[in-house]
Amino acid sequence: MSGRGCHSSSALLQPSMGQRAGRVVLIAAALIFLAIFLVLPVVAVFMQAFSQGWAMYRDSIHQQDVLSALRLTALVACIAVPLNMLFGIAASWAITRFEFHGKSLLITLIDIPLAVSPVVAGLMYVEVFGLHGWLGPWLSDHNLHIIFAAPGIVLATVFVTFPFVARELIPFMQAQGSDEEVAAVVLGANGWNVFWRVTLPNIKWALLYGTILAASRSIGEFGAVSVVSGHIRGLTTTLPLEVEMLYNEYNFTAAFAAASLLTLVAVVTLVLKKSIEAATGVHQRGQEKEDEL
Amino acid sequence: MPETKRGKPWSLVTQSSPLPGFRLSMGFTLTYLTVIVLIPLTAILLHAARLGWVAFLHTVTAPRVLASYRVTLGSAAAAALLSAAFGLLLAWVLARYDFPGKRIVDALVDLPFALPTAVAGISLTALYAENGWIGRYLEPHGIHVAFTPLGIVMAMSFVGFPFVVRSVQPVLEDLDPAMEEAAASLGANVWQRFTRVIAPVAFPALLTGTALAFARAAGEYGSVIFIAGNMPMKTEITALLIVTKLEEFDYTGAAAIAAAMLALSFSIMLVINLTQWWVQRREGKRV
Repeated sequence: MSGRGCHSSSALLQPSMGQRAGRVVLIAAALIFLAIFLVLPVVAVFMQAFSQGWAMYRDSIHQQDVLSALRLTALVACIAVPLNMLFGIAASWAITRFEFHGKSLLITLIDIPLAVSPVVAGLMYVEVFGLHGWLGPWLSDHNLHIIFAAPGIVLATVFVTFPFVARELIPFMQAQGSDEEVAAVVLGANGWNVFWRVTLPNIKWALLYGTILAASRSIGEFGAVSVVSGHIRGLTTTLPLEVEMLYNEYNFTAAFAAASLLTLVAVVTLVLKKSIEAATGVHQRGQEKEDEL
Repeated sequence: MPETKRGKPWSLVTQSSPLPGFRLSMGFTLTYLTVIVLIPLTAILLHAARLGWVAFLHTVTAPRVLASYRVTLGSAAAAALLSAAFGLLLAWVLARYDFPGKRIVDALVDLPFALPTAVAGISLTALYAENGWIGRYLEPHGIHVAFTPLGIVMAMSFVGFPFVVRSVQPVLEDLDPAMEEAAASLGANVWQRFTRVIAPVAFPALLTGTALAFARAAGEYGSVIFIAGNMPMKTEITALLIVTKLEEFDYTGAAAIAAAMLALSFSIMLVINLTQWWVQRREGKRV
């Protein structure tokens, strides 16, 4: 990547005084924009969270409702993320290792959740599993609760994080090609051996990368989960929903305290993401386009 | 592990492969896709279709719903333009210049992707409220952000602009400096080099990024509802209207509006795919 850009050796593109001034102005404008638009909101979360002091912050986080929201959020992520890892591996294996009819249609269908509004995503599951939905009467006869209960929250979370692992793995495995796997098969390895000994070691960083994105989104998802949750305190509120409820009760310090935990998750996500990019070359430029819509 | 079937008339596979696992991986992929995405999506569309054409149109063009489209699409368009401007600036600076802390800036651009929308929503509201850090300097000048359409635009720009940066940045980084050198050697000034050499290459990426930002903004919920004020007819977005309908147990109304939103989402997706197809074809021709 070095050697590109403006640092050309060519005398023709040596910046003049005016261009150098222009460069400083542009960099300054970008930095000021980022500071006001991105950094300030993050700083504000922590300032508000600690505005009543450390003890108040600690108490806010140790409230029973916040703790149970934290547990539910973790539980949902622990179910939704492995499911989507499995799907991502299966989909990318089928798509990158075989030629079949309708491949590009399948890739487009996998992208659908990126285009759907989170609220509509939540509503979809209400339409299927809600009391007035397709399976609603049957579910209620059997005393099964999906909407306004944890299973609905898991489903909504699975939907919004659906493409994340697959979208990392497909271009990565496409670029890698299948030579090593074919060699293993020719040498007599069976399918599982090929997967565990050849494929998985090759894709592990791309898989981890996609998994981090999926986990981060599933922890922070708000709109889709909000529609299916029912907002029952202590039972069906995830951490982002708890933030909303505290905020709407004008309990701002507690809302921002809970929000600060989510902000930490976001910051950790960014650090991990960039570390993997820097250390392994996973997720090269040009592949980033439609991430995380 | 089932062996891949080849050459059979019913087979999906168009080319044989020595690798195993096609039926297993494809079967799981299609089942999962159908259960998680396709069936629920169909449920909404069928519910909306049960209304019948006249009643559907009546529902999705009710005055309050129309007003919500105006708010949502107007704000999303403004946010997409803002995102395009600032996204282009950031992509340019990141692709072209070296400066201290560049890697941190590059990582920060992804923050809106990673920050939960509810957190962004309450934080932006706190900043732009009358007594907030930014709001207190704007209010005396008569600029009201929180609880106005301007606030909606701010929140939508926050979630939208990384799409522009991440679409444009790689294109600018891949641009061969030799092209600019050639232009410079032929006497092109900075402005001409930008409009004649860089812009034609970067434009499709900018268009894609802006469309993605618009799509995300139009469907956005979490970061908007806190700062919007949510006044019906004035600052109520369509996504919130769906939630409101649900809370009033008007499931059919919610499904109808959701179907309208889905139509919009899929149109944008189509435009983006067509743009990319057009770019690929153009580049294919050039090579």
